[in-house]
Amino acid sequence: MPNDNILLEVKNLRKYYPIYKGIFRRISAYVKAVDGFHLFIKEGETVGLVGESGCGKTTAGRTILRLIEPTEGEILFRPKERVDGMEKCQEINVATASNKQMKDLRRNMQIIYQDPYSSLDSRMTIESIIGEPLLVHGLSKAKEREEQVRDLLIEVGMDPDYMNRYPHEFSGGQRQRIAIARALALRPQLIIADEPVSALDVSIKAQILNLLESLQNEFNLTYLFISHDLAVVRHICDRVAVMYLGKIVELAFSNELFDNLKHPYTEALMSAIPVPDPNYRVKRILLEGDVPSPVNPPQGCNFHPRCRYAKEICKTEVPVYQDLNNKHFVACHLAGTLSLKPVQRR
Amino acid sequence: MSTLLDVRDLKTHFFTRRGVVKAVDGISFTVETGQTIGIVGESGCGKSVTALSIMGLIRLPGKVVGGEILYHRNGEILDLSKLDPQGKQMRSIRGNEIAMVFQEPMTSMNPLFTIGTQIMESIILHQHLNKHEAREKAIEMLHKVGIPLPEQRVEEYPHQLSGGMLQRAMIAMALSCHPSLLIADEPTTALDVTIQAQVLELIMNLRNEFKTSILMITHDLGIVAGLADEVMVMYLGRAIEKSNVYNVFHEPKHPYTQGLMDSVPSITESRKKLKFIDGVVPHLLDVPPGCGFEPRCSKAMGICMEHVPLLQEVTPDHWVACWLHQER
Repeated sequence: MPNDNILLEVKNLRKYYPIYKGIFRRISAYVKAVDGFHLFIKEGETVGLVGESGCGKTTAGRTILRLIEPTEGEILFRPKERVDGMEKCQEINVATASNKQMKDLRRNMQIIYQDPYSSLDSRMTIESIIGEPLLVHGLSKAKEREEQVRDLLIEVGMDPDYMNRYPHEFSGGQRQRIAIARALALRPQLIIADEPVSALDVSIKAQILNLLESLQNEFNLTYLFISHDLAVVRHICDRVAVMYLGKIVELAFSNELFDNLKHPYTEALMSAIPVPDPNYRVKRILLEGDVPSPVNPPQGCNFHPRCRYAKEICKTEVPVYQDLNNKHFVACHLAGTLSLKPVQRR
Repeated sequence: MSTLLDVRDLKTHFFTRRGVVKAVDGISFTVETGQTIGIVGESGCGKSVTALSIMGLIRLPGKVVGGEILYHRNGEILDLSKLDPQGKQMRSIRGNEIAMVFQEPMTSMNPLFTIGTQIMESIILHQHLNKHEAREKAIEMLHKVGIPLPEQRVEEYPHQLSGGMLQRAMIAMALSCHPSLLIADEPTTALDVTIQAQVLELIMNLRNEFKTSILMITHDLGIVAGLADEVMVMYLGRAIEKSNVYNVFHEPKHPYTQGLMDSVPSITESRKKLKFIDGVVPHLLDVPPGCGFEPRCSKAMGICMEHVPLLQEVTPDHWVACWLHQER
């Protein structure tokens, strides 16, 4: 079973947050932020994770890095390591790894956050921000470190002479480049990018997306790309997973997902995106209401109260997450019987 | 169609200690009755300052230093830029005839008052209704914007509503006095796409119902394409391209507009290398002497560095400020 190319495999991941009540702080309910999450990512691949706010995509990403402790599930990570010139691959369950193991693992898995204004310490210089991971892992001496930071800045397309400046002297796009340089410092294999371009302006967004792509080619990086923007995801990802209320409802190769989607939620999500072309003034498929609370998700299929195709079975039975064909996974009772079309030309 | 608002050569500058920031530097556009105008641009291009100037909400160190904002009201023409922002006349227009919806519903509502009180405030002030009637009106407006159980919601506080619901309440508040012009400053930026689609649909329906003109300010080209009749693209405080929505999206003429269109990943096309505009928007204190876009422009020529191109009609109803398209 262990496929050599699979870098990360997440099985049945759950993260429940307890809600306490009363003076004895008894647990009265759980917020099921991530509720049965399965995903694998191959080496060098970019997998997109999309969904509305509150669907658990960020929690899933952070739990995979164990920045948040998982409640249940396995996170199998298979980093390649070079020992005596030989490539060795060992499998580690991130969910149960010891602190010492975690520290080693973190060299191989890094994160880029959404907001470059709050993710960089405003009291540290760029040199110390990018050099900190190298320092923490004891990978280089002070002298060499300066040289490494210099190289990293060049790699992300910045002037290395900016090293001694502070984050406030940079624009959003430049800050995001600095955050990317910091994530690259340890030469990780997996980078979780949590909405890396959402806070950026249109023309800067494209620059950062292109940078992420060229770095991937250069360093053979694997990305888990978390975003709410389906257009960005279509552009950068090989495969895309759509999340709703803590679960993946559809997962497929990008083109397959966008051209031949199977889940009504994906259809609505895509239909909601404004297309920058006046010829595409579509009759939008509007979802009624907000995302239900993850404390008390609806019975049966989570999506049925907002689904316009819902049948009786959807209200009572949880749909199985299954492979339809060619690795197109869907969790919907009606999958295959519906012909869904979100974007139509006028 | 008759003209509702005619902005001519508007200049709003901010006098800071480090120098004069020309946030809006000579902008002209007209809004016809029932028309939707989209203003697009990146952060710092002056689109929000344009809106605040119209509303008379520019505070020190900012000041409207030039131009006219001609508002047509029952046959008479008022220059809003000359009115005292705190004066009686401006206050009778603001929130009544010209209303605004702000970007972040969470921060633009007062957390200490109920939704109802906040909507009723402008109704009581402008329509001279008593409290009871105003409350009825508030409930009616909340119902119109699709908030379920409006009788209960009027008693609730902003934190009890979700972002989408709050933005609906903001729209209800803005529309409660049936304004002739609604200024929407990034009304959906803080919302999820599905909620955004709901709110945009709502704005469209209300536009058709009340014949309100809309000034839609956004950085999202998709929203403009789907909503606006006319589009104005701004860069560094100036309008660089202005035309109807089809011209701007199908035949963009300014290199900046072309760059913007190319740098948006599209959901209808599969993966390809994205084109992008090099460099960053210059700081407003350090604006290039010639065309503002010249340092980032791939088609820049000698003249671009020295002289600012003016917005000129290049083809019928298509206005561009670029030396590529005009006589020097």
